[in-house]
Amino acid sequence: MTEEVIVASRAGLKARSIDFSSYVKQGEYLLKGLNKWSQGIPLVLVFFAIWEALPRLGFIDPLFLPTFSTTIKTLFDLIVSGKLLEHVLVSLQRASAGFGLAILVAVPLGFLMGWYNKFERYTDLLVQSLRNISTFALLPIFLLVLGLGESSKIAIIFYGASWQLLMNTISGVKSIDPIYIKAAKSMCVSDWDLFRKVILPASIPSIIIGARLGAKISLMVVIAAEMIGAKSGLGFFIQNAQFNFMVPEMYAGILTLALLGLLVNYLLVWLEKKTTGWKGEIGSSILG
Amino acid sequence: MDIIVAEKVHKKFKLKQGQQVNNNGVISNEIEVLSGFDLKIKKGEFLVLVGPSGSGKSVFLDLVGGLSAPTSGVVYLDDKLVEAPSDKTGYVFQQYALFPWRSALSNIEFGLESRGVAKEERVKIARELLSLFGLSDFEDRFPYQLSGGMQQRVAIARALATKPEVLLMDEPFAALDAQTREILQNELIRIWEGTDTTVIFVTHSIDEAVFLADRVAVVTARPGRIKDIIKIDLPRPRKGDIRSSNEFAANRHKVWGALKAEVNKAQQDWKLAPVFSE
Repeated sequence: MTEEVIVASRAGLKARSIDFSSYVKQGEYLLKGLNKWSQGIPLVLVFFAIWEALPRLGFIDPLFLPTFSTTIKTLFDLIVSGKLLEHVLVSLQRASAGFGLAILVAVPLGFLMGWYNKFERYTDLLVQSLRNISTFALLPIFLLVLGLGESSKIAIIFYGASWQLLMNTISGVKSIDPIYIKAAKSMCVSDWDLFRKVILPASIPSIIIGARLGAKISLMVVIAAEMIGAKSGLGFFIQNAQFNFMVPEMYAGILTLALLGLLVNYLLVWLEKKTTGWKGEIGSSILG
Repeated sequence: MDIIVAEKVHKKFKLKQGQQVNNNGVISNEIEVLSGFDLKIKKGEFLVLVGPSGSGKSVFLDLVGGLSAPTSGVVYLDDKLVEAPSDKTGYVFQQYALFPWRSALSNIEFGLESRGVAKEERVKIARELLSLFGLSDFEDRFPYQLSGGMQQRVAIARALATKPEVLLMDEPFAALDAQTREILQNELIRIWEGTDTTVIFVTHSIDEAVFLADRVAVVTARPGRIKDIIKIDLPRPRKGDIRSSNEFAANRHKVWGALKAEVNKAQQDWKLAPVFSE
């Protein structure tokens, strides 16, 4: 018996499972996740097979839907030539600028609205009204006011991504168990420490979920914005391919969108696990 | 010497909007929880408060802890009026209230951080306390990785870390199973008997009260005030087997005698019991 078990049994408690090595556990965990993930692969393959078959068998004109293999080959060529990467990087840059700005503004605002009831009462009506307007409906206005440059695109991404972050921060703060506040106060914390050491960490899980949704929205909005007024970026690339009847390129661009979304989601799920490991339960599947 | 003096303490809560309470025919939107509550607690004493639900025992702890202010009357701690949380008190809650994002060790460090204790010293103190509770191998565990009994041990260790003169314990063992509860009572009394800390302990269990207390203060049904104080004349150090002695039963009988009428009264009152908020 390890000492741990002895201590636990002396205390009359059931011993918990023991970490022989956290590495083994981590490896197992990864394998389990991969295993879970791999179960989704067959259906994706079926999807690709149908895609391949439909134009080949003449159900759909290859001019409108090139075969999967043609699309993949085009995608490969685009990657090798570096052309695609350029556009992807531009889009990512815009999306992360808007998203970053949203974090800088929405999260602090959310803390204020969640913590100070009075402040929330003054601001809530305006926030609720604005948040229910479709971001896309506002796109032309942003373009008109801020022009065709970078600022209009970053601004619209910022606008789209902010609401989820704001709402989740507010609900994160509001749902903090008052017993934590009471416990902290009983230990004479300063207001700043109460925020830093209790309110902030307690609302992190909710904020992270808001950030995941916000990041997805950022990606969607950046593509839409680039389709309307841009000379670079993945949205522009797809739109441009469409206008010039470069159909395989268009599909390659769309496929890239899917891959990008998947990648960003993985990244954020990983971040969620990293920052909220103390919760124990993993709330979301690896694919989110 | 009295470390805590409560004089003529009254505490009223405003009911939530739309709620009313009928106090002997008078309809009011306020509820009186403590009324003329007088209590003196000696330095180094283990005082247990028992009383029916809603009699304001926990409210009194909050007043001593400076987490809430009396509507009228005064509470003194070490001859000073309690107005805000003091670094002389430590608080243990029924729901443990450990910070789930902090490890066991780091939870214990929390109170020391506010007092500006250096990291090295904090870790040293926290490790000593963990070992005192037999939890040395669990310092890196997060609360969700600990059983209820272990969590409450960590919570007690956290409250003790700042070496409080007064330890406030609000039904700390109520959420635990019977065996763990007895084990923790034994551990608490073992640790406390080696210190000069004053403890105010709230419980609904008469057995727990008799086993732990120097004196048991019986609180009346709402609005609460002290009905009776019973001195527990069991020898110290107390071991677990004292629970089956005749003296224990006699003391138990005394406490129950004082408490019975109040519990019955509260049963009647519960029918009218509203949900109150401050």
